[in-house]
Amino acid sequence: MSEAIVEAKTASAEPGTEMTGADMVIKALADQGVEHIFGYPGGAVLPIYDALFQQNMVQHILVRHEQGAVHAAEGYARSTGKVGTVLVTSGPGATNAVTGLTDALCDSVPLVVITGQVPTHLIGNDAFQECDTVGITRPCTKYNYLVKSVDDLPRVLHEAFHIASSGRPGPVVVDIPKDIQFARGTYSKPTEFAHKGYRPRTKGDAEKIKQAVAMMAAAKRPLFYTGGGVINSGPAASAKLRELVKLTGFPITSTLMGLGAYPAADPQWLGMLGMHGTWEANWSMHDCDLMIAVGSRFDDRITGRIDAFSPGSKKIHIDIDPSSINKNVKVDLPIVGDCGSVLDDMLRVWRASALKPDKKAHEAWWAQIAKWRAKKSLAYSNSKVIIKPQYAIERLYELTKDRDTYITTEVGQHQMWAAQFYQFQEPKRWMTSGGLGTMGYGLPAAIGVQLAHPNSLVVDIAGEASILMNMQEMSTAVQFGLPVKVFILNNRYMGMVRQWQELLHGGRYSHSYTEALPDFVKLAEAYHAHGIRCEHPDELDGKIREMIEVRKPVIFDCVVDPSENCFPMIPSGRAHNEMLLGDAATRVEDAITEAGKMLV
Amino acid sequence: MSTTTHYPAQTTAEKVESRTLCVLVDNEPGVLARVVGLFSGRGYNIDSLTVSETEHQKHLSRITIVTRGTPMVLEQIKNQLDRLVPVHRVIDLTTTGPAIARELAMVKVRGTGDQRMEALRLADAFRARVIDATTESFVFEITGASDKIESFINLMLPVGLVEVSRTGVVAIARGPDGM
Repeated sequence: MSEAIVEAKTASAEPGTEMTGADMVIKALADQGVEHIFGYPGGAVLPIYDALFQQNMVQHILVRHEQGAVHAAEGYARSTGKVGTVLVTSGPGATNAVTGLTDALCDSVPLVVITGQVPTHLIGNDAFQECDTVGITRPCTKYNYLVKSVDDLPRVLHEAFHIASSGRPGPVVVDIPKDIQFARGTYSKPTEFAHKGYRPRTKGDAEKIKQAVAMMAAAKRPLFYTGGGVINSGPAASAKLRELVKLTGFPITSTLMGLGAYPAADPQWLGMLGMHGTWEANWSMHDCDLMIAVGSRFDDRITGRIDAFSPGSKKIHIDIDPSSINKNVKVDLPIVGDCGSVLDDMLRVWRASALKPDKKAHEAWWAQIAKWRAKKSLAYSNSKVIIKPQYAIERLYELTKDRDTYITTEVGQHQMWAAQFYQFQEPKRWMTSGGLGTMGYGLPAAIGVQLAHPNSLVVDIAGEASILMNMQEMSTAVQFGLPVKVFILNNRYMGMVRQWQELLHGGRYSHSYTEALPDFVKLAEAYHAHGIRCEHPDELDGKIREMIEVRKPVIFDCVVDPSENCFPMIPSGRAHNEMLLGDAATRVEDAITEAGKMLV
Repeated sequence: MSTTTHYPAQTTAEKVESRTLCVLVDNEPGVLARVVGLFSGRGYNIDSLTVSETEHQKHLSRITIVTRGTPMVLEQIKNQLDRLVPVHRVIDLTTTGPAIARELAMVKVRGTGDQRMEALRLADAFRARVIDATTESFVFEITGASDKIESFINLMLPVGLVEVSRTGVVAIARGPDGM
C-alpha cells in the first residue's frame, strides 16, 4: 500500500528508532498494551518468534491448533474488553485461523491476527506454505493488510488495533512476509489518527434521541430488546441500560449475545428471546407496541418469520453499524451511534422532560406479561434416576453464583440450556459463539478468559461432540497452569442435530450419534488434568464442588438424559407467537411448513 | 395442524429499481476485490462497474456501479459499501438529484458495398466516429447514455456487427457541487 489510509495528525515527537520488522511487531504490541499473544510458530514467522524469545514485554501462549489461538484470543478480548492478539504462520497457519476470524467477525470481537507470509519475491509462486491470506480472509475480517514494505509496518500495526477496536469491533489480519520481518526500518509509536475514510459514528443524532424518548413516553406496551452491542460498548453502556430500564419501568429481553448486560435476577428481566427464548420474551416481542432495539441486529434466530415479526410495533433501533439498520426488519426510528453514548443521552433527555408515561397501560402490559410468565416455559420434568441437562446447569449455577465466575460454551443444546438456566448478572461473564455457531469454541475461549482472570472460576459448558473439536487445547491449559473447568453435558448425541432430526426428519438419526466416545476421565488424566464422571443426580452437587475445588484443569463428564430436547422452540419459518413448548414436542413435525424445513 | 399458514405470503413482491452509485475509495491493492466480493458474497447485482484513479495525489479512485434491487436491498448495498474501511464516500446519483451517465463503446462492423454505406450513415446519425477502417470494416467510437449505445448496436446488427467493447457507465452529478 503506497499511501496511508490513515494520516497521522502529528508526527511522532520522538525520533523513531531503527529496528527489524520482527522487533517492530513486538514493540507495537507492547505499545498497544498487549500482555499476551496466542500463537503457533512456523517457517514464515520464525523471525517474530526469535524476537519474542528475546524480550519479556509480551507473553506468548502456545496453543495446539491455530483455530484454538483465535478462539482463545476471542475469550480474552470478550472478558476484558481489550483487543485479542494472535500470531500464526503462513499457509495452513492462516487457513486454520479462518474459522476463528469468521467467528470474531460475526460476533464483533476485536482481534489483531498477525500471519506470516512467504518472502515477497516468492508471493504468487505457489511457494511452500504459501496461500493468498489476504484473499482468503478478506470476507471474514473487518479489514486486512499485506505489508510489502517495512516502512509501512509500524503504521499498519497501529492502524490494525485502531480499526479492530473502534466502531463495530472486529478482527483485523496483518500478513507480514518473512523478508519484511528481517528488513530494518524506523519504528514509530502510535499517534492520534485522523481518518479520511474510516470514521465510525459514535454520537447519536440529538433530534432522533428526543423523538425516541417521546415515543417511549407514549408507548403502552414497550419493550427493550438488547444485544451484544451493549456488552461491546463497555461496562458504562450496561450501567446506562440498567438505569434507563429502571427509570422507565419497561420490560427487557436480550439476545444470546447480550446476556448479562441486564441482571437476570431483576423482575423486569423477561429472559432470552428468539428460537429458544422464553414464552414471555417472545410473546412480548410479538405484542409490544414499541420495541427499543439496542445493539441487536434482528438476526433470523431472533425474528423467526420476518413478515410476522412483531407486527403491531413501532421500532427504534440503536446501532453503531448503519448496515445493521433496516437489513432484515424495517424500523421506524434508526439511531446510529454507540449504545453507551445514546443511552446516556436518552437518560438525560428523559429526565429533563416532564413526560408522564401511561401508568395504567403499563400495569395492563405487566399483567399480560405475568400471564405469559405463568406458563413457566422453561419447566422440565426432573428425574431422580437420570441427570436432566437443565438440572445440571441449574445446580452449576447455584454452586458457582457466589463466586467470580465466567462461563463459555460450545455450540448446541448445552449452549441453549446454559443461556436459559445460567443466570447472568453482569456483562462480559458469558462467552459463546452466537453468530457463527462454532463447535469447539468454548475450551480455547475459556483458556483465554482464564489467562485474563487467573483467579476466577472459568467453566466451559460443553457437549461431548463439540468438546472433541478442540480437545487438544487441554494440553495448552495444562502447560500454562490454567485451571479451566470443562463441564460436559454428555448425551452421546450431537444434541441439537438429534433434536432437529427427531422433530423434522422422522426420527432418522443420521450420523448424529457418537458410538465411540473417549473415556473422558482417562482423557483428562492423559492430559495431566483432573477427570470426574457423574452419572446420578444425587452425586451432582458433591462432584461440582470437587470440580470447583481442584486447582487444575478439569474435565467433568456429566452423563445426562440422551433424549431431552431444548424448549421452548420457535420452529424455523414460524413467528414468535407460534412457539412450541416441551409437551408439544410430538406435534412439532406438523407445525413446520415445507418452506420452514428449508431454513436452518 | 395443517401445513398452511394464516400469514400472508412470505415474499411481498417489492419493486426492483436500478441505481447508479459513485464510490470514492483509496486506490490500494485489493480495494476492487473488496467491493466486488461484497456484491458476490451478499448476492447483490452488478449491471455495470467502472473504476479508475481520479485523484492521483490522494490516491483516490472512483468506482461507478449500476445495480438493481428493492429499496431495502439498495439501502443495504450503500450501507455495506460505506462500511468498508477504504471507502470514503458513497453517493447514490439516481436519488440525490439530476445526474449524467455516459458510456463509451467501440463497435466493429464488417461489410462491403451498400452495407458499408449504411453503417456510415447510421454512425453519422448517432454521432459515432470512425476510429479504424479497412476496405471491409469499420470500428466506430460512440459515446452516450447506455440506451443510445444499445440502439446503435442493435442497428449495426443487420449491417454486419462483429464485436463490441464497452466501458460501462461513468456518471457525475449535474451542477457546481462535487461528491
